[in-house]
Amino acid sequence: MRPTLVLLANHATRILLITLVGGFLALALARLAPGFGVDEREFDARLSEDTRAAIRQSHDSERNIFHFYFTWLSGLAHGELGVSPSLNQPVRLLLAERLPVTMKLLAWGLLVGWGMGFGLAVPLAFVRGCAYELGANAFATLFLCIPAAVLALFFLLTRSPSALVVGLVIFPKVFRYARTLLRQTAMLPHVLTARAKGLSGIRIFLWHYLSPAAPQWLALLAVSLSLALSAAVPVEVVCDLPGIGQLAWKAAMARDMYLLVCLTGIVTLATVMTKSAVELLGEFCRVRI
Amino acid sequence: MNSRSRVLLSLIFFFVTTLASAQGGGQLRFCLRSDPKTFDPVLVDDDPSERVRYITGGFLMRLNRFTQQLEPELATSWKVSKDGRTISFRLREGLRFSDGTPFSADDVAFTMQRLMDLSLHSPTGDAFRSGDGKVQTQVLAPNKISVTFPAPIASLDQHFDQVAIMSAKSPKKEMAVLGPFYVSDYKAGSYLQLNRNPNYWKHDENGRQLPYLDSVRLDIQGNRDTEMLRFLRGEIDLVDNVDAEYYSRVQTEQAGSGHDSGVTLDPEQVWFNQTPKSPIPAYKRAWFRSTNFRVAIWQALNRDDIARIVYRGRAQSAVGMLSPADKFWFNTRLTTHSYDRQGALKLLAQDGFRLQNGQLFDRDGHLVEFSLVTGAGNKTRERIATMMQQDLSQIGIKLNVVPLDFPSLIERITRTYDYEACLLGLTNMSLGPDAQMNVWLSSADNHQWNPRQKQPETAWEAEIDRLMRTQASSLDPKKRKEAFDRVQQIAWEQAPFIYLVNRHALSAISPKLHNAQPAVLQPYVYWNIDRISKSAEVASK
Amino acid sequence: MIWMRNIAIGVLAMTFAACLLAGTIAPASYAMQFREEPDAAPSHQHWLGTDDLGRDRFSRLLQGTRISLLLAPAAAFLTSVLAGLIGGIAGYWGGWTERVLMAAADLVLSLPWLFLLLTARALMPLNVSPMNSVAITFLILGLLGWAAAARVVCAGARSLRASDFSLQARAMGCGEARLLFRHVAPNLQPMLLTQFWISIPVFILAEANLGILGLGVVEPLPSWGSLLKELSGLTAISGQPWVFVPLLLLIAVVTSFQVLLVDQELPS
Repeated sequence: MRPTLVLLANHATRILLITLVGGFLALALARLAPGFGVDEREFDARLSEDTRAAIRQSHDSERNIFHFYFTWLSGLAHGELGVSPSLNQPVRLLLAERLPVTMKLLAWGLLVGWGMGFGLAVPLAFVRGCAYELGANAFATLFLCIPAAVLALFFLLTRSPSALVVGLVIFPKVFRYARTLLRQTAMLPHVLTARAKGLSGIRIFLWHYLSPAAPQWLALLAVSLSLALSAAVPVEVVCDLPGIGQLAWKAAMARDMYLLVCLTGIVTLATVMTKSAVELLGEFCRVRI
Repeated sequence: MNSRSRVLLSLIFFFVTTLASAQGGGQLRFCLRSDPKTFDPVLVDDDPSERVRYITGGFLMRLNRFTQQLEPELATSWKVSKDGRTISFRLREGLRFSDGTPFSADDVAFTMQRLMDLSLHSPTGDAFRSGDGKVQTQVLAPNKISVTFPAPIASLDQHFDQVAIMSAKSPKKEMAVLGPFYVSDYKAGSYLQLNRNPNYWKHDENGRQLPYLDSVRLDIQGNRDTEMLRFLRGEIDLVDNVDAEYYSRVQTEQAGSGHDSGVTLDPEQVWFNQTPKSPIPAYKRAWFRSTNFRVAIWQALNRDDIARIVYRGRAQSAVGMLSPADKFWFNTRLTTHSYDRQGALKLLAQDGFRLQNGQLFDRDGHLVEFSLVTGAGNKTRERIATMMQQDLSQIGIKLNVVPLDFPSLIERITRTYDYEACLLGLTNMSLGPDAQMNVWLSSADNHQWNPRQKQPETAWEAEIDRLMRTQASSLDPKKRKEAFDRVQQIAWEQAPFIYLVNRHALSAISPKLHNAQPAVLQPYVYWNIDRISKSAEVASK
Repeated sequence: MIWMRNIAIGVLAMTFAACLLAGTIAPASYAMQFREEPDAAPSHQHWLGTDDLGRDRFSRLLQGTRISLLLAPAAAFLTSVLAGLIGGIAGYWGGWTERVLMAAADLVLSLPWLFLLLTARALMPLNVSPMNSVAITFLILGLLGWAAAARVVCAGARSLRASDFSLQARAMGCGEARLLFRHVAPNLQPMLLTQFWISIPVFILAEANLGILGLGVVEPLPSWGSLLKELSGLTAISGQPWVFVPLLLLIAVVTSFQVLLVDQELPS
């Protein structure tokens, strides 16, 4: 019991630390990049000198990122995430409205991506050098080469669910990694021995293909979430889905520090937590095995 | 009364009121490019909020987008004093806000005080800030009010086209409106539902209460491809501002749906960085400060080709700072600089430039090469810049196009001045010179080629300063026009801005819509939204 | 299958030859605007028609392929090497090394690198040549793309460290460095080749998207990415099937490479 608790505490500490560092680094990047503190409205010839000065001053609190981050964290401790200056709405409200959209998109994306990628890769573990291999490769390459925005537009034209686009964007990557992993495993001595002993195909696949490469499979699973998250941005932007991918793009373009720090925090948290979850699962499986 | 009877009665009441307020004009659907930042009409400073204000707000008077004349709305009449500081209104009586709160002169006073509140930094209020001091409102009667400003304001009445009257007493604050529709539902990032205002004051010629439409649904749709696709599928009823490349597609797929209302007020323009504190090499600044150089560039650019290719013929070569769409203020004596490559080379030769092996060199032997920054992701401007590259290469100039994301671009042109030339388009929301003061005064922030000058650095800029101040302080439209004509003339001769084209106002309107009269001032299509209907029967009654 | 390999060799040979001889076989300069013929359909003068400014699409495809075929694989190679080094070291050594390096990978996957790219653009002079701009862009892409692959490589290296052959090698007195580079690294090669092949088209497309930040190929120079980006418009998708030729060529080239080098993706 005690080692399990220590393990969990270690993971929790790591998640917290990386998320905090991620939030700060995102702020630093945004602060140092050109265009910080600049407002499109300054270009409006109708505005008076005073209004223009007020617009400039509105970013003063964000200039010192240490102070800004500390203030933001204090607010976070009280459940307050600030107000987005670019959208003029509370960040908490924006996230609450948009997170479910992205979660649904990601869930479908991962399901489709893994279903197609893994499904197409499995037969290649057993057969090689046939038309199926060429076809599967070409099919995966096709989706690797089509820009996500073009796919999204095509889905819009055909009135297909845009959630599938995320799946099609991550599918070729999952397919190629899965194919390589399965092939690597197929060459291992214990698989050859199992085959020679005449074990059934399913048994060999489950116990001799998948189990030994469990860490890599789990790592791939964790990486897929990051891939799906990055695919969600163009899909949400093109399909006008009000999710956090679209919000992230708007925040970046408007240098909206409140939104950026929150969104980076969420993405970092999701990335690290997935990784920790699969590691813990790996540990659990190892112990059970 | 038991609860069941109460529910039944409520339902009957609901249906009766709904039927009474419904006009049968249907629901109008179109898109906003992003979420409105505010519903407070005083604080509006972004395009979506401005569009919502246009549809929901009640105004004392309104500029008819078609005739370009002011028309009475909440005010039946108004009078501007001889000194140009005071405006007096006579208001309509018996009007109510959308929530039933009565409308009176107190609401106008409240709106004006709020508008001029310095702490709010209202962009709409900025148009009225002519001098130091407070604005004074005097309620003479429930239907009479006068507003006095600390200093004279030219075209004072015109500025009220942007002032939506707020209720001083309504508990709903800015959500209580006097316009044809009120905001009934809003889901950020998705849609905005506007319902018919049952208390809207306007009636048509047959005494029928306006608006005809029952509701308006504004979908938040940032992607123009998606917007056009939805229009072609019939999911939305109009696209207020269509890009030229989509326009031809609309014409092909739905004949009669595309509307070209003619040339707009909006120019695409290029300027050179003449700021002394900019980090560009001195010899380049010397080129940019030469009038001959600027005019030569203007002449070397084939603007007819830009209009024909980039805008598919839906634009015209720009004459100067104003377009012919501004019927009163445009200087009709000016004609566009002709495309003349040889003429350009002659002008450059006067400044010591020489063409050698297809490359242009200045008198000190520097190769003439400069960069042009523009907004990345804007296909139209990227295409214009690419066409400029080829045109300028014909006179030996190498042009490097640098698309930048908008915040980076603004930082360069307003803070660091680290750029050589810039291509941008301006959106003119109002007619005449009033909104141009911040561009043409040499001390202004938006005097882009050389902003915030302590003293005008050239004689022609000093002359423009004088003329702009003359026109701004005069209340005589004829004198103002004379002064502003001269400003246009100087701008044409000195070419601080190289005006390329004025695009046409293109819109797509579903054949199902009736009474739409597309104009060249924004909003192009729904400026008369209270008369638009989706039912032919309702529209013709 | 020999016929597949022959087809792949044919496709690649033709593509490379066409790129090398672009100056000779291109009917026009890639920048030349035939302003009387914008958006023209394929003809004997313009084999793939012209673009919206009247530029010959075939000439632009040749030039764009030349640039992207040189730079995208270079960036993909860089990112694969980084993924191999960082993931391999993290997985092999484990402990704090792994924790720190994988935390860095998590951060790389989560941070908005857009701002780093913007800063890179700000540091570059405005009059930078299009070729240098695109080279810098691919370099940045190469430097930032390692994290996802490093995680999978790390997991693989961890397994290899605990494998029977590693134990056997250690028992025979094999040094750590030798074990890492002679025994573990070759077994990571398939994973890195996978990363390499995935990265090429991904980087080609990413370069086009970076145009929005002022990085990448700038006009009038074409790239495969900028040609593919033309497909993103509604007007492009309908009525002009020839605009899909760059996409088909990219698919053909990437698939051909995969067919030729598929054997190398197997563990040694």
